[in-house]
Amino acid sequence: MLKILKYGFFDLMRSRWSYIYFLFYLSLGFILLFLNQDVGKAVITLLNIILILTPLIGTLFGVMYYYNSREFTELLLAQPIKRSNIFLGQYLGIALSLSLSLVLGLGIPFLAYGIFQSSEIFNFFILILIGAMLTFIFVALAFNIALIFEDKIKGFGFAILTWLFFAVIYDGIFLILLLVFDDYPLDKFALFTTVFNPIDLSRILILLKLDISALLGYTGAVFQNFFGTNFGMFSSITVLSFWIVLPVTFIIYKSKRKDF
Amino acid sequence: MIVIKDLHKKFGKVTVLDGLNLTFEDKGIHTILGPNGSGKTTLIKSILGMVIPNQGSIEFNGKQILGEWEYRNQISYLPQIAYFPQNLKVKELFQMINDLRPGSKNEAKLISLFQLEPYLDKKLGNLSGGTAQKVNIVITFMFDSPLIILDEPTVGLDPVALIRLKQLIIEEKEKGKTILITTHIMSLVEEISDNIIFILEGKIYFEGKIDSLKEQTKQSNLEKAIANILEETYA
Ligand SMILES: Nc1ncnc2c1ncn2[C@@H]1O[C@H](COP(=O)(O)OP(=O)(O)O)[C@@H](O)[C@H]1O
Ligand SMILES: [Mg+2]
Repeated sequence: MLKILKYGFFDLMRSRWSYIYFLFYLSLGFILLFLNQDVGKAVITLLNIILILTPLIGTLFGVMYYYNSREFTELLLAQPIKRSNIFLGQYLGIALSLSLSLVLGLGIPFLAYGIFQSSEIFNFFILILIGAMLTFIFVALAFNIALIFEDKIKGFGFAILTWLFFAVIYDGIFLILLLVFDDYPLDKFALFTTVFNPIDLSRILILLKLDISALLGYTGAVFQNFFGTNFGMFSSITVLSFWIVLPVTFIIYKSKRKDF
Repeated sequence: MIVIKDLHKKFGKVTVLDGLNLTFEDKGIHTILGPNGSGKTTLIKSILGMVIPNQGSIEFNGKQILGEWEYRNQISYLPQIAYFPQNLKVKELFQMINDLRPGSKNEAKLISLFQLEPYLDKKLGNLSGGTAQKVNIVITFMFDSPLIILDEPTVGLDPVALIRLKQLIIEEKEKGKTILITTHIMSLVEEISDNIIFILEGKIYFEGKIDSLKEQTKQSNLEKAIANILEETYA
């Protein structure tokens, strides 16, 4: 598996897109820190970008890599290599290389600005961790989609829809529900629904860490009570881990049953 | 070596293998024949574990292959269509295969046999069909496996390469290997096969020596014998 991981990783690291992705975060980090001297504010702007971008890039690179390496995969399948290792290796290779672009791209400018001396170090660390977790989650979802759809165009379409759903549509539906059921106390329900959307979960987790729960409106109190505590943070990181483990399990399940 | 029992495979609604039973115990060259789309490639890919059967079992040296992978150490496989990462160089592909499956032996000899030296620095995506097939052949024969499976190995080859391939196959047979071939070139079949397996409608229609197939169809020529079977079933 390590050999396949290595090939997937270097294959992607060699591609132009990885550099673009890395350079994007690098320049973003420097620009943000240059524009607002306050590291705390930079972290918040970064949050909004990371929550949209890491899932999008994870999804797109995930499907793209799967379809582009189909020939390589077929070659591997005839060799004495365990099937699940082929797919896990490829998955880890791409998720790791994307996460590395994120960690290095943002880590370098923030280190240069002395993040270690700042009180924001913990928030910054959580932000990067969440960015990496979202990458692992969405690459896994993308691999599942690509395994299901033989047709590349359909696969891409469905992958983008999935991203749209979690990044935009889910919140839209949720807002409509809030408006329609205005009279009911939906706080607990709202807390419950975030579990099913890794992007929302990440957003709330970080916002509450940053202590700007006022932005969240009237449901804020319930969230603050939950996520603000260490227990809340621990449980939401656990839920995010489930969001990685379940799709990866399904990759293994699906790949064992697929014909090539 | 391989025992296949009651193998069924459907793709969607299309039944490709329909209760196929087959046993290869003997060393030598076994040729799988059958019209286009009769399931030859599907059968081969089932043996390799690339296609998962709906029903039935495949044993390799006494062990079920389902979910296993170590047994593929004993197999060299030449796919019908060469699946190569397009932007890799020929040289890099050889290195990669060596890295993933250690123990290759004849690489240099095979490269010169098929005169691939000038192509080593070319990208796989830019090779002509015949040259890609030669690369495919090198990758297959560079391992010393007791079972060699060749799915239409002659496609795109020029006459010189074809003769060399034939010699290569015969050499391997003389080393005591089991070789499984599919091809539509009847002269090749007549020349090298020890055993013929004819697949039709998802089952084995005939298995045995060329002579007994000729006898059974009352034809003196293999090509006619095959055509005879096909015409009967089309009618
Ligand atoms: N992965 C697949 N998905 C759907 N149909 C397939 C797949 N592989 C093969 N088939 C179908 O199965 C039939 C047999 O194909 P194949 O085994 O390649 O035949 P042959 O090698 O004898 O020409 C064909 O009709 C082909 O279209
Ligand atoms: Mg075929």
